[in-house]
Amino acid sequence: MNPFEYRRAMDATAAVALVTEHPGAAFLAGGTNLVDHLKLGVARPDLLVDVSRLPLDTISSLPDGRVRVGAAVRNSDLAADPLIRRRYPMLSAALLAGASGQLRNLATTGGNLLQRTRCVYFQDVTTPCNKREPGSGCSALEGYNRGHAILGASEQCVAVHPSDLAVALTALEAEVQVLGPAGERTIPIGELYRLPGDAPERDTVLSHGDLITAVDLPELPMAACSAYRKVRDRASYAFALVSVAAAVDVADGVIRDVRIAFGGVAHRPWRATRAEQLLRGEPATETAFAAAAHAELAPARPLAHNAFKVPLAASTLVATLRGLTEEGR
Amino acid sequence: MDESITLHVDGRKRSLTVDTRTTLLDALRERLGVTAPKKGCDHGQCGSCTVLLDGRRATTCLTLAVAHDGAEVVTADGLAEGDSLHPVQRAFLDHDGLQCGYCTPGQVCSAVGMLAEAAAGWPSHVTRDGAGRVELTDEEIRERMSGNLCRCGAYPNIVAAIREVAR
Ligand SMILES: Cc1cc2nc3c(=O)[nH]c(=O)nc-3n(C[C@H](O)[C@H](O)[C@H](O)COP(=O)(O)OP(=O)(O)OC[C@H]3O[C@@H](n4cnc5c(N)ncnc54)[C@H](O)[C@@H]3O)c2cc1C
Ligand code: SF4
Ligand code: FES
Ligand code: FES
Repeated sequence: MNPFEYRRAMDATAAVALVTEHPGAAFLAGGTNLVDHLKLGVARPDLLVDVSRLPLDTISSLPDGRVRVGAAVRNSDLAADPLIRRRYPMLSAALLAGASGQLRNLATTGGNLLQRTRCVYFQDVTTPCNKREPGSGCSALEGYNRGHAILGASEQCVAVHPSDLAVALTALEAEVQVLGPAGERTIPIGELYRLPGDAPERDTVLSHGDLITAVDLPELPMAACSAYRKVRDRASYAFALVSVAAAVDVADGVIRDVRIAFGGVAHRPWRATRAEQLLRGEPATETAFAAAAHAELAPARPLAHNAFKVPLAASTLVATLRGLTEEGR
Repeated sequence: MDESITLHVDGRKRSLTVDTRTTLLDALRERLGVTAPKKGCDHGQCGSCTVLLDGRRATTCLTLAVAHDGAEVVTADGLAEGDSLHPVQRAFLDHDGLQCGYCTPGQVCSAVGMLAEAAAGWPSHVTRDGAGRVELTDEEIRERMSGNLCRCGAYPNIVAAIREVAR
């Protein structure tokens, strides 16, 4: 591990200024991803600015009906919050399907969103990886790629985004509040994450010094009828092979509105806009769910070891929608 | 780079200077000689380094010691009151919830933290939400303890021990 200086930030503006001034600086929150990367040599900052004690650790209802989740709120507190459980059950479910109890007590909202891919080659500094070392090549393309992307990948990188929380937030159309060197801005979560293209080293549109301060959840009544379904290699404590976050509004057996996002299939949480379009106005039937799933997954381009993800994603979506619409009856 | 920090470990105030790169686990084990938390994987994947950090269960291998200046740490060593074991420790003995014992201090701290979480009404991945009180069925115990691996496979007895305390 490279030597680094440590500073505990007490105010967000000062934290942003400090990181902005130092090209080798990084924000530190719970450390559950960054400290791992320090040990592995994947990240080599020379200054860590600890933002976990910033006064960004509350969940509050905004006057316009939205809910603001501070960036330093721990994953466990967010998952257990009564308001979140009632209004956005998929969000709580997504968090509870991730990591373990003792990790969720450390992990923060901001850190969860900006955790990096679990691609084994990214984590192994002895192998080529365009995300870690631009231009070095992608070891997964011809290597072991069972966990990798089936949608939106490039020749440069086929990694998937690991966060469960981000998938639920994508279905919800949450907004990310950012404080950067030039001030505050709001980024819809659908625009936060990038596809790899020819710059896989950039996971998001954020720049050096950009601090996530909060995530705003829209007032979305149908989110009360939502779920997160995660398929993994073991029953618990594992990353997703495929996951689905969905919310539906069904009246008289007809889908009035629906929100769907997939996890585990792409470099970013995959909003299933095509499936949503096909489902709106349709009867809430298994046939309609399957048709929508197949249309969404038609552009899928599986790799040597992950073709199973295509039917798995389809059946996971069908099962999620079935569960939600049967409940409502 | 060095930093001076103070930790309250198992009821004792401990001041020390650490290299900023030191994890909380290494500070406890290597610097303070507190060897109850164990280093299994050093990557957050096994739970053997679990302690109660400011009252909550937490892994210590993926968090820096400097980030916890002033923190209250309770390890499995600090759970007993004098000669009388903590009920969770007692139950692990009564139910043979261990074989080699390497994972046990982490299991015990995790169980203590988990029981408090359940008592506070925190749901888990297997909780059917809506129910106010959390009932610690075997399924719930297994899910909530999934961050603690036991390579001796003492799981059935670990679950039995925790079930008894949860009653
Ligand atoms: C064994 C294991 C299993 C796991 N399983 C899952 C799983 O199943 N599902 C899942 O979703 N996750 C899983 N995780 C990942 C875990 O959720 C993340 O490590 C955690 O959420 C990161 O949060 P943190 O606060 O610890 O971030 P840190 O590690 O402190 O930071 C992560 C990154 O975010 C940046 N950062 C942190 N806060 C901010 C901010 N406010 N603004 C800007 N940048 C910031 C840091 O600079 C760093 O680059 C697992 C982790 C482990 C170790
Ligand atoms: S898939 Fe992406 S992260 Fe994995 S080796 Fe290729 S470039 Fe690196
Ligand atoms: S040593 Fe910390 S989780 Fe394995
Ligand atoms: S008792 Fe040996 S690892 Fe659990």
